[in-house]
Amino acid sequence: MPKLIKNGRVIDDAAQFLVLDEGQGPEALTLPDGPLFVPLAVWQAHRGALSGRAGLGVWLDSNENVEELDGNLDSISAIALNFPKFTDGRAYSAAALLRSRYGFKGEIRAIGEVLRDQFFFMQRCGFDAIQPKAGKYSDTQLEEALTSLKDFSTPYQAAIDQPEPLFRRVPRAA
Amino acid sequence: MYRYDPYDQKIVDERVAQFRDQTRRYLAGELTDDEFRPLRLQNGLYIQRHAPMLRIAVPYGLLSSTQVRKLAHIARSYDKGYAHITTRQNVQFNWPELKVVPEILGELAQVQMHAIQTSGACIRNITSDPFAGVAGDEYLDPRPWCEVLRQWSTFHPEFAFLPRKFKIAVNGAEQDRAVIQCHDIGLELKRNAAGEIGFRVLVGGGMGRTPIIGEEISDFVPWQHIITYNEAILRVYNRYGRRDNLYKARIKILVKALGVAEFKRQVEEEWAFGKDGANTLTEAEVARVAAHFTTPAYETLPGEDAGYAGQRAANTAFAAWARRNVLAHKVPGYAIVVLSLKNPTTAPGDITAEQLDLVAEWADAYSFGEVRATHEQNLVLADVKQADLFALWEKARATGLATPTFGLLTDIICCPGGDFCALANAKSIPIANAIQARFDDLDYLYDIGDIELNISGCMNSCGHHHVGHIGILGVDKNGEEWYQVSLGGSQGNDTSIGKVIGRSFAAAEMPDVISKIIDVYRAQRQNGERFIDTVRRTGLDPFKLGVYGEAALKERKQHA
Ligand code: HEM
Ligand code: SF4
Repeated sequence: MPKLIKNGRVIDDAAQFLVLDEGQGPEALTLPDGPLFVPLAVWQAHRGALSGRAGLGVWLDSNENVEELDGNLDSISAIALNFPKFTDGRAYSAAALLRSRYGFKGEIRAIGEVLRDQFFFMQRCGFDAIQPKAGKYSDTQLEEALTSLKDFSTPYQAAIDQPEPLFRRVPRAA
Repeated sequence: MYRYDPYDQKIVDERVAQFRDQTRRYLAGELTDDEFRPLRLQNGLYIQRHAPMLRIAVPYGLLSSTQVRKLAHIARSYDKGYAHITTRQNVQFNWPELKVVPEILGELAQVQMHAIQTSGACIRNITSDPFAGVAGDEYLDPRPWCEVLRQWSTFHPEFAFLPRKFKIAVNGAEQDRAVIQCHDIGLELKRNAAGEIGFRVLVGGGMGRTPIIGEEISDFVPWQHIITYNEAILRVYNRYGRRDNLYKARIKILVKALGVAEFKRQVEEEWAFGKDGANTLTEAEVARVAAHFTTPAYETLPGEDAGYAGQRAANTAFAAWARRNVLAHKVPGYAIVVLSLKNPTTAPGDITAEQLDLVAEWADAYSFGEVRATHEQNLVLADVKQADLFALWEKARATGLATPTFGLLTDIICCPGGDFCALANAKSIPIANAIQARFDDLDYLYDIGDIELNISGCMNSCGHHHVGHIGILGVDKNGEEWYQVSLGGSQGNDTSIGKVIGRSFAAAEMPDVISKIIDVYRAQRQNGERFIDTVRRTGLDPFKLGVYGEAALKERKQHA
């Protein structure tokens, strides 16, 4: 079963991702059972039908704006943000916006080209679930990679995981 | 200057450990080249022609003598005995081996230094006025603000993978000495009419292949909000900056595409959410940081040291140096000294380990133990007593650090170019040295007066050729190295981008070309005007005529 880092631990994860083929529209649709992430376009096209579904996830590509979900976050239990390339940093802003401005409390999952040296930044921006591509890391490597979540113990600036900057958290002597 | 507390030290120590492990995984084959590249770049490590190149951060150009000694030690132990001062006030080593880089970072951490975010698509080292705190025209000292911004930008989790690099510069004086108009964000620290402290904010400036002068996006952001305002700019850029084309990925392209008014609207809309948030600065934090930049223990001295005047009168070589490389200090009896790294026999900006050790010694003896690096690739001792100048000069001269040409034609800004850089179209260092060799007559240089000549080995413009009064750019013509010349660029308050004068030249022609340009200037100048003022008044035509000749110009017109 695919692995997932959730709240700092490696767990098995059964969620499936619906991916539209090139040129395939979101209209016709047979959804598999079980935990599922659908693309934004599918969610938008079938909002009514999908909103009753338990454990529904929506995944966004890096060029899709979280604003498209605004106002409808209650019916979504998880949002996955895709990193088409690990150097594409848009999802960091997307996650931070979901947590702060839009108050999203459900799971935010990093998918796509997700590498351990990005874990620290992801966690700081509000990702609580991190899913490297299947086969990217062996089980042992993934366990080892958990240390990357803790690369820095006392960051300077406020972010989602630590909403106060260092200068408000601790008294610093001049 | 700023001294680390245990929190600062821990972050840097943890970075060393992190990079040690990343390097280990890379060498063990667990990280691919592509995966390792941004990691090493965010530690200033390029893979170059001969070896990796390591760029070390010198936050806003400030160094302690202890740090300078450590750089000397690194140059000796891990490199070929020298270091290079870059056009963004940093230090580069050209020859370290990849596997020892974690060692070097460990050594740097011992003296509160690092290579964090000196490259890569992140917020880079913040640059500033090399005369901060000592210049007479200063409104407010930019250094505490630079340090506050340094801490905020260090490992900022949202902005570690921007579309492209992001450079911030801060200036707090009447004269801009930090090139703020050519930065992604340029900040002018100032007081508003009510006497409150804040920043004029410029955005979207930059050099590279599309040189653009930054535009004002706010005329006053109160100091409390400068971090949240920067975050708003960066968030808009991170979300909407182009990622499909490396050459169009800088914020300047986004600002141009949207127009500054629309970009500002988006930033202000974003800022409405972040403003007054947790990253809003507190008086206590600013006071804490500012306490590191207190006035040194200056003595009460007469404005003109009698001995200094006598030494100048008695020694023409000393007088020449004092005239160019010694600048007015805001405290009576003190002076700012530029230690020139433009000795014609070495690459502009290069300094040997022995020289570094000596500079550290002079800093301790004469300048409160501090040294500054300038974007013009020189070093500065900012607080020297006039009475000590002669002794300092004798020592500097003995080791080749007293070239008396600060601000003159041969004080060339020059990128490493084809000798080191894998991106180069052409070499730049030999061109600089050839021009320096041609113009070796001091009286002649003084007659030419204030002028800036900048050389880049390719369109990336590391050598600031766009803003040189004379700019030289290495171009590739059928695999050969050629040089394009532009005139009329300028940094500072009246920043402008130079214009190309015509067809490019072979390396061997370059000293003659510069001679011809200077001849035109000397023939055209009125009332002792500076080179740049002549170019602005006459336009390029007389210079084109002087360089290409009438016949060549006519022929070109016919072909055009
Ligand atoms: C040797 C390896 C180097 C490489 C591979 C390199 C790469 C680049 C690239 C690609 C750009 C253009 C970025 C853009 O505008 O989009 C650039 C610009 C620049 N680099 Fe370098 N560079 C190198 C060395 C240096 C050195 C040694 C310095 C300082 C002496 C330097 C300082 C700068 C500056 C000041 C700019 C232009 C400022 C601006 O982007 O607005 N670089 N560099
Ligand atoms: S301007 Fe070009 S040649 Fe010079 S250092 Fe920069 S990238 Fe290299």
